[in-house]
Amino acid sequence: MFNFEQVDVWQRVIEFLQQLINGLALGSILALIALGYTMVYGILRFINFAHGDIFMLGAFAGFYLAPKIAAVLPTPSIWAGLAVMGISMMICAAIGVVIERFAYRPLRRSPKLAVLITAIGVSLFLEYTGQLVFGAAPKKFPDLIPVYPLTQFGGLSINSNQVLVLGVTLLLLLALKFITLKTKIGTAMRALSFNPEAAALMGINTDFVISFTFALGSALAAAAGILYAISYPAIDPLMGILPGLKAFVAAVLGGIGNLPGAALGGLIIGVTETLVSGYISSTYRDAIAFGVLILILLIKPSGLLGKKEVEKV
Amino acid sequence: MRFRHAKLLLLVALGLSLLVSLGADRIDAYVLFVLYNIGIYIILAVSLNLINGYTGQFSLGHAGFMAVGGYTAAVITNQFGALNPFASGALFFGALLAGGLLAAVAGLLVGLPTLRLKGDYLAIVTLGFGEIIRVIFQNMDRVGGARGLSVMHGYTNFFWTFGMAAVTVYVVTALVHSTYGRGFIAVRDDEIAAEAMGINTTKYKVTAFVVGAFFAGIAGGLYAHSTQFLTPGGFNFMQSIAIVVMVILGGMGNTPGVILAAILLTLLPEGLRWMAGVEHLPGIAKMHPLGWIGDTRMIIYSLLLIVLMLTRPQGLFIWRRKFRNAPP
Amino acid sequence: MTATATIENDLLKAERLTIRFGGLTAVSNLDLLIRRNELVGLIGPNGAGKTTVFNLITGVYQPAEGEILFDGQSVVGSKPYRITARGIARTFQNIRLFSSLSVFDNVRTVFHLHLRGDVRHALWRGRAFLDEEKSIADRVVELLEIFHLEKLRDAPAKSLSYGDQRRLEIVRALAAQPKLLLLDEPAAGMNANEKTDLMRLIQFIKDRFRISVLLVEHDMQVVMGICERIVVLDYGVKIAEGTPDEVRKNPKVVAAYLGD
Repeated sequence: MFNFEQVDVWQRVIEFLQQLINGLALGSILALIALGYTMVYGILRFINFAHGDIFMLGAFAGFYLAPKIAAVLPTPSIWAGLAVMGISMMICAAIGVVIERFAYRPLRRSPKLAVLITAIGVSLFLEYTGQLVFGAAPKKFPDLIPVYPLTQFGGLSINSNQVLVLGVTLLLLLALKFITLKTKIGTAMRALSFNPEAAALMGINTDFVISFTFALGSALAAAAGILYAISYPAIDPLMGILPGLKAFVAAVLGGIGNLPGAALGGLIIGVTETLVSGYISSTYRDAIAFGVLILILLIKPSGLLGKKEVEKV
Repeated sequence: MRFRHAKLLLLVALGLSLLVSLGADRIDAYVLFVLYNIGIYIILAVSLNLINGYTGQFSLGHAGFMAVGGYTAAVITNQFGALNPFASGALFFGALLAGGLLAAVAGLLVGLPTLRLKGDYLAIVTLGFGEIIRVIFQNMDRVGGARGLSVMHGYTNFFWTFGMAAVTVYVVTALVHSTYGRGFIAVRDDEIAAEAMGINTTKYKVTAFVVGAFFAGIAGGLYAHSTQFLTPGGFNFMQSIAIVVMVILGGMGNTPGVILAAILLTLLPEGLRWMAGVEHLPGIAKMHPLGWIGDTRMIIYSLLLIVLMLTRPQGLFIWRRKFRNAPP
Repeated sequence: MTATATIENDLLKAERLTIRFGGLTAVSNLDLLIRRNELVGLIGPNGAGKTTVFNLITGVYQPAEGEILFDGQSVVGSKPYRITARGIARTFQNIRLFSSLSVFDNVRTVFHLHLRGDVRHALWRGRAFLDEEKSIADRVVELLEIFHLEKLRDAPAKSLSYGDQRRLEIVRALAAQPKLLLLDEPAAGMNANEKTDLMRLIQFIKDRFRISVLLVEHDMQVVMGICERIVVLDYGVKIAEGTPDEVRKNPKVVAAYLGD
């Protein structure tokens, strides 16, 4: 009798750990997308609604690249995966720059709402064009990377994919940190988000820095798209909507404009969502992100790590 | 002074809606359906304009209020079988009001966070509320959950749709065109100054949300009894965004412009659908078939949206209003 | 003067007013008295805490310690809009008009404080409503005429010249029918001629509406020219108080302004 109960408790712990790891993997993908939102917001103070669709394009770029890469590199393998991810990141970086140049830049002095609506237009454009070009039906993402089960210890199953997702995210976060803190362009980005006028007066090429920010954010979204597609292999042109929305929530949750905040927010949303759908109800899953957000904003209106902006009277 | 005869205008509008309604059986059913949609979107856009346009709050959750009103009204009328025209009219009116009131309560709940949040934060929280409302309906077996809810009666007609649209326009315009109502615009222009000038900004913001949500709820009821089928997915955030787009294209805080934008943006997809259906444009022989529009309809819509914003970011219909500043 | 007479004559009395932002004590132990129909100047170097005092009186900030009595009753803890309704109106250092509203509407909006009817009136638009709106319109026009702004009544506030905007802000504050008017650096950005006009205007307002004025100002010429009494702040502490002449000669004031 006693033994049974012990097993029961042990299984609960294992189950919880399992949910936690799943949540962290999902959360780190959301974090990668959230970073793009928060970087653009930090510099231009506007919500780039089309960002979730860049994530979708990243996954589709991977889908079409994979057969080409397979002709050159042995697939599935880590190298094929990295090659696909790298090229897909470059493609999406270019797309992000083009979108900014033609859809957002002409509106830089317009009301923020006009830019927001334009971003929504771009988002719809990418989704519907995606449906026309890629087809509306979900597609099976090819096996790019070999998957090994790492442990089956006591029912806890961790596979190489989950470790890979966490590892790649961590590497990209470190790279981003390096870029923003240690490079010239990163310093310019921070200057611009601090005070755009002053930055321009100090000779910073505002247009270039903004383009670079979009490139960086879009590349991260593309990486997230590939990682997502590896974990959840059915991809479709509307797949960016919900993760995009949740990632945006994550960015606001962490304090929009704040890079560590976006990463933290992504992890919180991912873990909470996984735990709730595991323990309470999976049908309420999509409402969880917002529930958490509303709760935290009501307590701390500027987000977890955001600075309170006091309007001077 | 143009708002002096407001009440008379409202009565004329109601009378006209009734007249058209009586002759509605001569109108093609599809045309009628599109007309109802126009009326419903006018209500939605004009009521959202009170929140986003006049009061300067950024709500992205209008579809949520619409859902509350739609489901409430539908559940009420579904309780009843066939009724004589008078009884069904009274029932429908009551159901619409109930839907509006419940939506107004939801508006109060969403309006309360506005006390602490501004701008993008408010936008995302209202969006979140809208999505939460949708997910709640999705999980409510009583109203069919994700499968949807059949609405038994097609009570929506021309009178109710455009009568309610006229009432919405009247209420929002009457509110704003008064000494009391200038406070909404004052809150938008400068909240700190408004508070310093004795305006209870909290009350104004919540009032805007409650009134706006009430009419969104009415629109939801009309929508439910026009399509006769409700799914939670029909009230997702894209629906909210479609309404926001109407307000912005019409010009924030410009009711006539917002009405025009609601009409145009409702007709646009229908027009494209029609163009896709015809072999050749009338009058022009040997035109290329326009069947491709069918596939690219929404792409054209999104491109138009982008181009419109790039060329007229202040809204399509901002023109100088001569009497804008006159007392009522 | 007997004690009761003094109390009746006191319009605003702040005692031991203190507020801290983080580690910084922005205003410390400030006593401030404004009598009825008195024009008091509040001066001090940049960052002395003058505007903070305004924000404390109008309820934008809450004092950490101290009490503010207005007409014998505390205003501490009241919301800004309630304080305005009780008779304290202000202008802002950086002009804060309702920029999209017309000159007329900027003033008219404030009259909602004196409305008898509420939303229902506005919706029903009956006789009572129209009469009330008409009488408000008359009073707004009357105010605009006094300040020579009637020709601009339909112009959006943002289209006005800087000087007109400053004037409109004062008119808007007066529409609240205050007993105490707080003016936050009204002379900022004005040339010598405009400053002379402004001094006349403030004097005129005080006499015509029989109200008290608390004037925060950087410009010595303006303050010395019209104020009956001057309070000098430095680093949130009152360092001097008295007539313009007394203050001008006070060595502490000279030191504060010349930077020790």
